[in-house]
Amino acid sequence: MAILIDENTKVIVQGISGRIGQFHTQEMIEAGTKVVGGVTPGKGGTTVLNRPIYNTVRDAVENTGAEASLLFVPPPFAADAMMEAADAGIKTCVCVADGIPAQDMMRVKRFLRRYPRERKMQLIGPNCAGVISPDRGFMGIMPPAIYMRGNVGIVGRSGTLGYEAASQMKTLGIGISTSVGIGGDPIIGSSFRDILELFEIDSETDAVMMIGEIGGPQEAEAATYVKEQMNKPVIAFIAGLSAPKGRQMGHAGAIISAFGESAQEKVEILQEVGITVAPNPSAMGVTVDEVLKRHSITKLN
Amino acid sequence: MDIHEYQAKEILGRFGVPTPCGGLAWSPEQVAYQVRQIKEGPFVVKAQVHSGGRGEAGGVKVCKTDEEAHLYAKNLFGMELRTKQTGARGKDVYRVWVEEATDIAKEMYLGFVLDRKSERIMIVASKEGGVEIEQLAEEQPDTLIRMVIDPAVGLVDYQARELAFALGLSGPQIGQMITVLKACHSAYSELDATMVEINPLVITGAGDLLALDAKMSFDKNALYRRPEILALRDSSQEDPREAVASDNGLAYVGLNGDIGCIINGAGLAMATMDMIKLSGGEPANFLDIGGGASPDRVCQAFRTVLSDQNVSVILVNIFAGINRCDWIAEGIVQAYEQLDLKIPVVARLSGTNENEGRNILRMSGLEIKTAETLAEAAELAVAVRTIA
Repeated sequence: MAILIDENTKVIVQGISGRIGQFHTQEMIEAGTKVVGGVTPGKGGTTVLNRPIYNTVRDAVENTGAEASLLFVPPPFAADAMMEAADAGIKTCVCVADGIPAQDMMRVKRFLRRYPRERKMQLIGPNCAGVISPDRGFMGIMPPAIYMRGNVGIVGRSGTLGYEAASQMKTLGIGISTSVGIGGDPIIGSSFRDILELFEIDSETDAVMMIGEIGGPQEAEAATYVKEQMNKPVIAFIAGLSAPKGRQMGHAGAIISAFGESAQEKVEILQEVGITVAPNPSAMGVTVDEVLKRHSITKLN
Repeated sequence: MDIHEYQAKEILGRFGVPTPCGGLAWSPEQVAYQVRQIKEGPFVVKAQVHSGGRGEAGGVKVCKTDEEAHLYAKNLFGMELRTKQTGARGKDVYRVWVEEATDIAKEMYLGFVLDRKSERIMIVASKEGGVEIEQLAEEQPDTLIRMVIDPAVGLVDYQARELAFALGLSGPQIGQMITVLKACHSAYSELDATMVEINPLVITGAGDLLALDAKMSFDKNALYRRPEILALRDSSQEDPREAVASDNGLAYVGLNGDIGCIINGAGLAMATMDMIKLSGGEPANFLDIGGGASPDRVCQAFRTVLSDQNVSVILVNIFAGINRCDWIAEGIVQAYEQLDLKIPVVARLSGTNENEGRNILRMSGLEIKTAETLAEAAELAVAVRTIA
C-alpha cells in the first residue's frame, strides 16, 4: 500500500477552518485524498468544504473512523494538538508548522512513549512538506502535480529539495511510491531510520532516495540500519557541502556543531555502508536511474 | 538568540548559581565607578560581546586600581573585538562588566545542551575547565562526563550527586554542586534556553564553587512566550544584514563569494550553493525566502542580497509548492524597477504557476537570463559572472 497514506486512508485536518487549512484541504481533496472531517475547538457541528467539523480529535475519530491527521495549527499550539491526536488513537500525524519550540517537541516525544508500540502514533515533522503517495492521497503542502506514481520511495528533510528530486525522477520516467518530508527541526517525530524501516517492508517500494543535510546524527543512524538490516537499495544526497561550520542554514537543525555532522563526513559515512551518493543535487534523478539499472529494477509508473 | 555574559550571570544568579560581585558600565568613567563599588582589589574588567575567546583577544584584564581600570576601559569602548569565534569581522564593545577578582584553586567545565541523539537536555561536565569545549572534546575526551535528563522528571538529585562525585568534589562542595546543577537546569527549561555554559566553574581558594563566566543561548521559536528574554536582545552584536533580513521574514547568512542567491527552502538553498561551488563559483550568501512569498518579500530579498558589495550576479532558484512563481516573477520585476539593478539576474522558476511566472519575465522586456534546471541555473550564473 505505499507507506503512511493511500487512497483508503481516512484523514482529518486539525485547524481546518483557517485560511491556510482550508486552502490545502481543498488541494488534498482534489488530489483524491479521503478527507473525512476536521477539528476546530468550538466549531463542532458546522461544516467546512462539505466535511463535518468536530470539537475534539476524539469526537472526530469516533464519528469518522479517521486514522490519520494533518495539523494546520500555529506553532504555539502545535504540541498540544499532536498529543491530542496521539491520545485519540490517530496512527499517522503530519505537522508542517515551522517554529515550534524545541522543548515542546521534547515533551511530545516523551509523551508518545506512554503508548505501546502497536498503539504509538507515527508523527511526521514538524517543519516538513508532508507525505504523498502520488495519485492516491497526500497530507501536506506539496504540489501534487510534480509527482508520478511508481516504485521508488523518497525521504528527505527538506521539502523543496524533495520536489527537486521528484521532478528529476519524473523526467526520467521514474515514479514514486511515497515521498516523506521528515522536517528540518532538531527534534522531529520520525527519523530517516523510522521511514526506511517502513519502506523496507512495503511491497510497492523497490528502492529509496534519501535526502539529508548538514547537522545532527540521523544520517549516520540511517547508515547503520541500511548496513545491518536493509535489503532494498538506497540512494542518497547530502546538502550543505558549501555550508560553513557553526552557522545555522535556515532550518533550525541545519548547523554543523559536532564531528560527523558536515556534508562531507556524512557522505563518507553513507558511502562506507554501500549507499550510492549523488555527486550533486542536479544528479539525484540520474543516480537513482543508474542504481535501478544496476539492480535490474524495472521502473513502474 | 545569544545574550551577554553579565545577563547570563544575572539570570543564573537568580536561580541560585553563585557568581562574583560586579557591575555593568557603559563608559570608562562608569568602569572606574564600578571598581570603587567593590571594596577590595584586584578587579577584572571584561568586554561584553557575543563571543567566546574574549580573553585571548585582549577583551579581559585584571586591574589593581580604578585608574588602571579606567585607562584600560578607554581603549576597550568602541573597539572591534576580533576573537577566534568572530573571525575577521569582529564585534563592537559597548558594554563592560567589572567584577571582583577571584582566588582560583581549580577550574572546571559545565554545560547544558540539547542532545539531538537522545532528543533531551544533556549535561556535559569536565574536571578540566577554562579551555573551550571543542578543544576539550578533541584533546581530553576522556575527561568529559555526559548525563541525559528525562523531561518527565527533570534533573533528579541522585544524578546531580553522581556528577558531583565524578568531578572529584567533596564535603560541602557536593551540596553546592547540586544547587548549581539544579539552578542551571531550571533556568534552561523554564526560560527555553538552547545552551547554558559555565566555563570556568571554579573552586575558590576558600573551597567554594563560583561561576566565573557564563553563556546562555535561547530558542528563537520560544521567544514569543519569553518577553523578558527577548528584551535582552542586543542587535549591535548581530550581523546587520542578517538582522534586517530576519525582521523581513527571510533567513539570510552572509558568506564570502560573489554569487548572490535567492531561493525557497533551506535544503534547496544549500543544494543550490553546492551546485554553484561545483560549477566553479562561490556563493555570496544563503537566503531562504520561505513559503508564500509576496512580490514585496522577493524585492526585499534582492535588497538584502545587494547590500553585500561583492555580489556580481544574482541567482533566483525557486521550486514552488506553497510559493507561486508568478508572485516571484513580479517580485523580480519590482526589484528591477525599485533598486536600479546593474548586475545580471539568472532565474529558474519551477512548480506552482511556473508558466505564468516565466511569462511575466518574458513580457517584462528585462534582460533576465532564464534556466530550466538547477544545474543550468548554476552554470549560467557562474558564466555570466565570469564575463562581467
